[in-house]
Amino acid sequence: MAERSFSASHLPGFTVVALAVFTMLYVPIFILVANSFAVTYSASLWDGLTLDWYAKAWENEAVQSATLRSLVIALSASIIATFCATMAALGTTRRRAFKGQTLIYVMINQPLMVPEIVTAVALLIFFASIKVATGYQGLGYLIAAHSAFCIPFAYLPIRARLEGMDLSLETAAADLYASPWMTFRRVTLPILAPGIIAGAMLAFVISLDDVVITEFVKSGGQDTLPTYMMGQLRRAMTPEVNAISSVLLVLTVLLLTAFFFLTRKND
Amino acid sequence: MTNQNAVEARNVIKAFGQGTSAVRALDDVSVNIQRGEFFTLLGPSGCGKTTLLRLIAGFEMPSGGTILLEGTDITYLPPNQRPVNTVFQSYALFPHLSVAQNISFGLEMQGKPAAEVKARTDKMLALVQMEAMAGRKTSQLSGGQQQRVALARALAPQPKVLLLDEPLSALDYKLRKEMQIELKRLQHETGITFVFVTHDQEEALTMSDRVGVMSAGKLQQVGTPREIYTRPVNRFVASFIGETNFLPASVVPGGVKLGCGAVIAVEGLSGQGATTLTIRPEQVRLVDAAEAEAIPATVTNLVYFGTDTHCYLALPDGAEVVARLQSPSNGEVGLQQGQKVALRFVPGAAQVLAD
Ligand SMILES: Nc1ncnc2c1ncn2[C@@H]1O[C@H](COP(=O)(O)OP(=O)(O)OP(=O)(O)O)[C@@H](O)[C@H]1O
Ligand SMILES: [Mg+2]
Repeated sequence: MAERSFSASHLPGFTVVALAVFTMLYVPIFILVANSFAVTYSASLWDGLTLDWYAKAWENEAVQSATLRSLVIALSASIIATFCATMAALGTTRRRAFKGQTLIYVMINQPLMVPEIVTAVALLIFFASIKVATGYQGLGYLIAAHSAFCIPFAYLPIRARLEGMDLSLETAAADLYASPWMTFRRVTLPILAPGIIAGAMLAFVISLDDVVITEFVKSGGQDTLPTYMMGQLRRAMTPEVNAISSVLLVLTVLLLTAFFFLTRKND
Repeated sequence: MTNQNAVEARNVIKAFGQGTSAVRALDDVSVNIQRGEFFTLLGPSGCGKTTLLRLIAGFEMPSGGTILLEGTDITYLPPNQRPVNTVFQSYALFPHLSVAQNISFGLEMQGKPAAEVKARTDKMLALVQMEAMAGRKTSQLSGGQQQRVALARALAPQPKVLLLDEPLSALDYKLRKEMQIELKRLQHETGITFVFVTHDQEEALTMSDRVGVMSAGKLQQVGTPREIYTRPVNRFVASFIGETNFLPASVVPGGVKLGCGAVIAVEGLSGQGATTLTIRPEQVRLVDAAEAEAIPATVTNLVYFGTDTHCYLALPDGAEVVARLQSPSNGEVGLQQGQKVALRFVPGAAQVLAD
């Protein structure tokens, strides 16, 4: 590449600002993780390392049920969201351009634009009336809500992959006697697979992490891991919550690393 | 009754867009492509070659007209139901499949039994000399190898017609020459009708049984390479195929009169007034000034082309004529710029063409 005439690193104070930003981003997380191994809970006092808090969290029945609930919701929501997102991505890329395409695009990505609290309140009111009408109190509401706000996160990587795909591959499949369905199954889908997996993982992480909408939509006794942690923190800061946070952090980092490798252009 | 035509296009029209912005990519094209022949569509960029191929393959539906395959109307048949295969310019090999899987794709889609798929795939791999690479991913192949896989993949289901859209344009000169020979061999061995698209006139002349010359959505002339080279039907074909001289002239009894006053005999002339005389550079001879019908000229430039030397000549009225002379073994044609010479056209070679 030709020499750049502008380089951000030449701006005055670039290094200082960059360091400050990274410090602010990572130091709190580092302290949190470090504290999860501390014998007594204090940010300034170190009197040894222990895995006790992890063991305690692991044995806590409330944590167990919240974890299970979180996983069930995240798994269901990411599957539903990924399915919808795949259909939406196919619908917006595998047909002739049509009027209002941008509007559709914006509407699919609604959860990225509408403030979460607004969606949360809207869902609370909406689901409340359904609860009254049907009497159903189960996890379905949370799964539906999570599926909805996870769709754009699944949609974006899938759409990116579809747009990057050579259209002549599908033409070639049709030329080689593949019906539209076989073309989709044997060519489009396998090539799309990394995008779909990436989308599902992103949706999973987003669902796992959600507090606001969950807090509004959940019925009594339906705590997920994040809302359980929030409830704990209202009473006291405990290294147990730090331990749970650290586990969540590791899980998220692993999933996002896999996501990064799946969405790299050169595979 | 067997139909001798592999493909027949009748009055095919293809328009893109609507209203005033509509483009006629194909404007009333009719052509018969015979069974087992190597047919080439030749023409400048944008003349509609790819469009015609896509209509035969079924990727596009015509705005008007009919397309027949061995006598059966296939105009509106979807591509997966046509026994026609395509070699794409970009190859369009499936990146998630191996070389062998790419080749067997069409056979599997046809629902052939596994044993037959395997046998045929192996045969195709051997045909294009890619046995050693059967297990490779297509991204690990060179351009020439990808080309071979694309060919094998399209030939494997034994289509009635193989369509090739500028399959050699991405290859370098040497590989291109090799693949030209390879293609001829494959066509000969399989006996399948090839419809080949190119904008390279040399490629068209050397490879084809017959050539269809296209311009601006219209088929200008269909004929053997010899026919279109020696008997072009119009000025477009004459100038697109090989090099040629155009000289302003006027019709006189028995021939045409050039600007310098020389009269050239041309048969079958109709009409009168101003016209244009066409003569190939190799049909222009340098002769002794005393010879009958010799036209005086001055050498303005000499360009050496290896086996040939192009001699640029100015007629007395300033009109320019190029003569192609065979270079002698020492490379010197024995002419100099500014030298006074005389030229003659080979009798019967000069033609008057429609615009
Ligand atoms: N999908 C399309 N929509 C609109 N116009 C098109 C489309 N496809 C082709 N055309 C137009 O039709 C004309 C013929 O195109 P075509 O691709 O058949 O040319 P070609 O002879 O194959 O040219 P090249 O040698 O550059 O490949 C061109 O003017 C092109 O712009
Ligand atoms: Mg083309």
